[in-house]
Amino acid sequence: MLRSPRTLLSVTSAALLVAGLTACGGTTKDSASNTGGDSNQASAAADPNAAIKEGLKIAFLPKQLNNPYTDVEVGGGKVAVEELKGEYKLVGPNDASASSQVSYINTLIQQQQDVIVVAANDPNAVCPSLNQARAAKIKVITFDSDASKDCRDAFINQATTQGIGESLAKMALEQAGGEGEIAVLSATPNATNQNSWIEVMKTELKKPEYAKLKLVKVAYGNDDDQKSFQEAQGLLQSYPNLKAIVAPTTVGIAAAARYISSSSYKGKVAVTGLGLPNQMREYVKDDTVKKFALWNPADIGYLAAFAGAAMASGKVTGAEGEKFTAGKLGEYTIGADGEIVLGPPTEFTKENIDKFNF
Amino acid sequence: MTVTSDRSAPTDAPLGAPAPKRFGGLLKTRELGIVLALALLVAYTAIDNPRFLSGQSIRDNLLNTAILAVMATGQAVVVITRNIDLSVGSVLGISAFAVATLMSNNQDLPMIVALLAGLAVGAVAGLVNGVLVRYGKVPALVVTLGTLYIYRGITYSWAGGSQVNADELPRHFLTFANDSILGIPWLVLIALVVVAAGSVMMRNYRVGRELYAMGSSPAAAELAGIKVARNLLGAFVLSGALAGLAGVLYAARFGTVDAAAGTGLELNVVAAVVVGGVAVFGGSGSVWGAALGALLLTVIGSALAVLDINQFWQQAIVGALIILAICADRLVAVRIARSLRKRDAHV
Repeated sequence: MLRSPRTLLSVTSAALLVAGLTACGGTTKDSASNTGGDSNQASAAADPNAAIKEGLKIAFLPKQLNNPYTDVEVGGGKVAVEELKGEYKLVGPNDASASSQVSYINTLIQQQQDVIVVAANDPNAVCPSLNQARAAKIKVITFDSDASKDCRDAFINQATTQGIGESLAKMALEQAGGEGEIAVLSATPNATNQNSWIEVMKTELKKPEYAKLKLVKVAYGNDDDQKSFQEAQGLLQSYPNLKAIVAPTTVGIAAAARYISSSSYKGKVAVTGLGLPNQMREYVKDDTVKKFALWNPADIGYLAAFAGAAMASGKVTGAEGEKFTAGKLGEYTIGADGEIVLGPPTEFTKENIDKFNF
Repeated sequence: MTVTSDRSAPTDAPLGAPAPKRFGGLLKTRELGIVLALALLVAYTAIDNPRFLSGQSIRDNLLNTAILAVMATGQAVVVITRNIDLSVGSVLGISAFAVATLMSNNQDLPMIVALLAGLAVGAVAGLVNGVLVRYGKVPALVVTLGTLYIYRGITYSWAGGSQVNADELPRHFLTFANDSILGIPWLVLIALVVVAAGSVMMRNYRVGRELYAMGSSPAAAELAGIKVARNLLGAFVLSGALAGLAGVLYAARFGTVDAAAGTGLELNVVAAVVVGGVAVFGGSGSVWGAALGALLLTVIGSALAVLDINQFWQQAIVGALIILAICADRLVAVRIARSLRKRDAHV
């Protein structure tokens, strides 16, 4: 399903877009949050010392049911709700169409849930219903893909561009053994997410601790197995001293790993980047890949549940700078526009990969 | 297929290969152009980077070609009959997913079962194409464009967003892609057998010559008593079955199969066939030419990666080379036609 890297990526790009918009609106941000935020925030002031209420009814509404990636996300949510001693509920459509979630939201309002955690199939189509829910004092948390920011209380952003770029540079340094030539095997030459991650990575590489690392080429496998194979082959032929290939795309990393595991380069060239544990398990176990990363979808659901509970208990209101604790994940600070960033991606190695199933 | 070679020789004559000796020399120039282009490309790339001729690199190029060459064989047969099969990418996808699912659920099944299952899935898909083209009287372009989406849609609804990963597939299935016998990888061996068998069938057997005749002039072929319906169905079933076989090889080689496997591959296959000198209007070209076309396209892909050519130019260069190949092919074809007219060989 991580051709649903595309789903993931579009999700991140949506998040990036939001981040970009807020950045653009920098000069008017104060006035905007004063006028826009008043109606929401006036209703309740945050009480940082408030206890998290027990028995909260927290409902999850993912994009669609029976999607393996989504199942892992809401699974994390379920664990969190149990830790919070709340009531967990999962509803959702079988298709991810724009309007299919509306009737579910309306039902959840009638059932008087305390929190709705929703991955919006369309940022606008669900808005009127979500605002009805908020009028009924239900807290709305979005994850995966955001709804318009005036119809939800907080958004769980799984990763920032900066975080991913830094993590890629760090893994490259580690896997190359601290020095030598590295190459990037990306998706398409104009893939927005990959390009912005690679930019951050390049900036990172200019830092003194990366001085011995040399990025020799960025190749593009177009998220196509065969093309990624050929590009990996080309890299290894053009740069005989290559120490590591960094692939910030799930198709690319799997193709590079599959190629290297079956070639004479195995053991000489490291592969790392962003990948799915299920897809990479084979190559981690045969030692082609020592370490790769991705955000953990279970943590997204987990964090969303805790954010919702903190909000429903009056601990936070969704304003910038407020802090709350999310169980095992630790303390989180709410960012601009109610955005909560999950944190650096999870790293997968031979030791922990069997704990993940997505 | 039951026709012996000495009986097939006379039947060849009226069907477009009047004097094998004279004609053969000219025919060779079609494939010769590809071989020359290939040699030139390899030489240029090897001078730039000698590692392009290393054992690992040659092995990689042959392995990369294998899947495309198997599909190009089937496509060449269909194109020679003045038809086209655009559904091969989707057939590969459905076969790859079916076989990967089958193997992950039954870890002990031998490889031969996987190969046969892939062939069977592909043959059924090809039969549907053939029946629609022949009995629906719809142009193959339209029918196979439709089935391209239908087969892909079936795969999507079956897979439902899931994928089969390398760690779920049996070990012997995965190693099949890299294992070799007498130093030749299985994948390459299978491709060689398929291409050789296809070439011999099209060149030396009655059914092959009938397919050429159908492509040269469908009406004349029918009047000449050729079993057009049977042959046409056969050609589509062959193309489908080979795409299905390619699906098994794809699953074994890449190890990760989802519903999108092989998307867009049909255009590479058609390009290989056209670059290989098979005329899109049917009736001429050869299977091994198509296989050479597949090899050339694959080597171009690898060479551009090695030569460090800007990604934005890569596709444009491949496109230009395709047009160049077709122009060269066209020149040769015109010259053949002229020399035929002079010698009056056709009448």
